[in-house]
Amino acid sequence: MLAAEPGVTRILTGGTDVMVQMRAGLAAPALVVDVKHLTGLRAITPEAGGYRIGAAVPGAVMGEHAGLRALWPGVVEGVELIGSTQVQGRATMAGNLCNGSPAADAVPGLVAADAVVRIMGVDGARDCPVIDIPAGPGRTTLAKGDIVTSIFLPARPARSGDAYLRFTPRSEMDIAVVSAAVSLTLGADGAVTAARVALGAVAPTVLLVDEAAQAIIGTRLDDAALAALAAACSAACRPIDDKRGTVAFRTQVAGVLARRAASIARDRAHSAGDAA
Amino acid sequence: MKTIQVSTTINGDATEFLCGPDESLLDVLRNRLGLTGVKEGCGTGDCGACSVTLDGRLVCSCLVLGAEAEGAQIGTVEGLAQGDRLHPLQQSFIDHAALQCGICTPGILVAAKALLDRNPDPTDTELRYWLAGNLCRCTGYDKIIHAVQAAARTMRETADAQG
Repeated sequence: MLAAEPGVTRILTGGTDVMVQMRAGLAAPALVVDVKHLTGLRAITPEAGGYRIGAAVPGAVMGEHAGLRALWPGVVEGVELIGSTQVQGRATMAGNLCNGSPAADAVPGLVAADAVVRIMGVDGARDCPVIDIPAGPGRTTLAKGDIVTSIFLPARPARSGDAYLRFTPRSEMDIAVVSAAVSLTLGADGAVTAARVALGAVAPTVLLVDEAAQAIIGTRLDDAALAALAAACSAACRPIDDKRGTVAFRTQVAGVLARRAASIARDRAHSAGDAA
Repeated sequence: MKTIQVSTTINGDATEFLCGPDESLLDVLRNRLGLTGVKEGCGTGDCGACSVTLDGRLVCSCLVLGAEAEGAQIGTVEGLAQGDRLHPLQQSFIDHAALQCGICTPGILVAAKALLDRNPDPTDTELRYWLAGNLCRCTGYDKIIHAVQAAARTMRETADAQG
């Protein structure tokens, strides 16, 4: 149906972006398809030690899911930063991804988690790493007729943790000026064995910063390692200057947030190890 | 443009309406069903004046299509009072003068009730975060917080008395 429509189309899950675009005249879709009632789209399903999150699951439902919070706390805290209580009742993680904002709060956490997006296209279902979805501000690599049906958050080893932090001028109801997500795993000796570092709002799309991950792998996140992490993050930034933040500010704060997020992720990894 | 027929339940009453495919639930409630307690502030999900519950979840009705109400349970401020008897939250807002112009009040009442339904004894911090999506340009919020906490106390005492 979506592929056959020659005009502009929109897929509706929570509607918190689509409705605003329609009202503002930014989008005048000839066809809006509400996919919430398709089987599984509103379910959080355990799978292979991880969780499959249906594309129409609102943020509030993710926040109320104890198992998901315990496994991927950084992903959940990113999703929960999107909008107010009212918006949380509707807005979805998949919609946040598909809206294509470089400042999307859910996306850095998903990239750090190496989440996998399941897409139902005209030719059937396929899986795609989340990092390959954003193409630029307001754009994705999804083709017409593609519907994201779920996002898979994988199982993780013992002693793993993740965290997401953003800078906003206000504490609530704001859009990230800079954001950072870190996911890491610690060995039995407390050294980092694996890490992924993602930055939001400092480039046309979310960035996965391998150099930042390499800066902390093998370390115990001592001051030198954290400084190297921050420097690698700042070096990767290609931000814009706008009323919400300058290039210099975003570049510096990206490193600061990544360093703090890494410390939180490490503490969570220790707690997860203690609990296991 | 073809209209869509929708069967829903509003404040406990089975309701049917016709709406345009691009018509918001806010416009349906106000313009087609006469439920003008639901207010339009920003129309973009920022101010919370149009707050209603949709299957028990607090939402902005300006961000919901009327067609999405099919088969759902909608709650608006009109459903709070029982006949002539105001809901404890409504009475408390009057007693504490927690409103001035009043356009944000219905949304705040619906939002506060949604919180107290799941957490009868919130801290001020929990309450302020919960209501962060309900903007008020008159009161400075303090009286709203006092009014909700007073109503919460009344509701807890009533619940205790009823055992």
